[in-house]
Amino acid sequence: MCKDCGCSLPRHSAIQQGHDHHTGHSHEHSHKHQELHTNPQLNDKKTLSVIHKILDKNDVEAAHNRAHFEAHHITAFNLMSSPGSGKTTLLEHLKEYTKLNYAVIEGDLETSRDADRLIAKGITAHQIQTGSACHLDAFMVHGALHHLPLEGLDICFVENVGNLVCPASYDVGTHKNIVLLSVPEGDDKIEKYPVMFRRADLVLITKCDLLPYFDFSVDEAKAQLKKLNPDTQILEVSIKNGDSMHAVAAWLNENLRRNTVGEPQ
Amino acid sequence: MHEYSIVSALIEQCEQHARANQATKITRVAIKLGVMSGVEPTLLQTAFETFKLDGICREAELSMTLQPLVIKCADCQQESVLDERSIVCPACNSYHTRVLEGEDMLLMQLEMEQAEDI
Repeated sequence: MCKDCGCSLPRHSAIQQGHDHHTGHSHEHSHKHQELHTNPQLNDKKTLSVIHKILDKNDVEAAHNRAHFEAHHITAFNLMSSPGSGKTTLLEHLKEYTKLNYAVIEGDLETSRDADRLIAKGITAHQIQTGSACHLDAFMVHGALHHLPLEGLDICFVENVGNLVCPASYDVGTHKNIVLLSVPEGDDKIEKYPVMFRRADLVLITKCDLLPYFDFSVDEAKAQLKKLNPDTQILEVSIKNGDSMHAVAAWLNENLRRNTVGEPQ
Repeated sequence: MHEYSIVSALIEQCEQHARANQATKITRVAIKLGVMSGVEPTLLQTAFETFKLDGICREAELSMTLQPLVIKCADCQQESVLDERSIVCPACNSYHTRVLEGEDMLLMQLEMEQAEDI
């Protein structure tokens, strides 16, 4: 019957004719016919198996950024946390505790206030204003890299947009992730935002001078982190406690690429 | 709401594959989302329905597979699929595990219509 209608059906329907002629034929036939009327002889369905990382393009750019840093013997750290957990404050004060030369790429939706604060302290900083984007991606960081004098730097911090969700999905081309959690936020944040804390190479519990005033259990935070990320260290930090700041500086020093992968100085 | 950025990247990839295969239309986009990829599936679906209207994915259906966390224990060699957000081996409680799946966002398959004999 199909041969009589004169249309040239694609091969797979010819196969169907052979083995399924009696039961499904009339329905199949009219269906194919409609398709052919709308787009004569053009339709050929194809299924393509790909398996491709969706953020592949970002990852390629991130690798490019890392190559930039490495060409200048710089170790890059991605600082992530909620807004107001003390990322900028930490960077403002770190200078007093380390001889390492660092610059900062700042990400915020609006204003250049954070970069201005750092520049006022004599720290090189470049502000990215993301507009409405809730995270930095590797392309934005790459743009900022060309505004920073990279010569002579030991460390470049990327201070991400304050957000415990979105920045976790984007590799921006840094070497390690530092996630801050301030005491007033509560010790349950690790369990609530597992993706972020799973990505952390170091967790800083900041504003620890406030521990006496909040029901924040450092042990509980450590137990939660261990379930997600057993090898990650937690440091308790307060900018009012010099020893805790020295500990941060020491961690940074130990985690410089030249100290971990033997990169020539 | 980084789901919008992720959908733009996804649609861009679909458009590239469509060009490489001389497709006239993409009818189905199959992706796999790890539960620990940091993406909310319903938001991603909404974002896809909004962004697809401009391009070759206009009529495409997005089908998502949620990939649970799969780990392999370095101590007891057991492979486990986990329900909770933890990477502790449920068989021996070891912390020495490796995540095999559940952290990635992957484009898996595209169904397209091609123009013949081009």
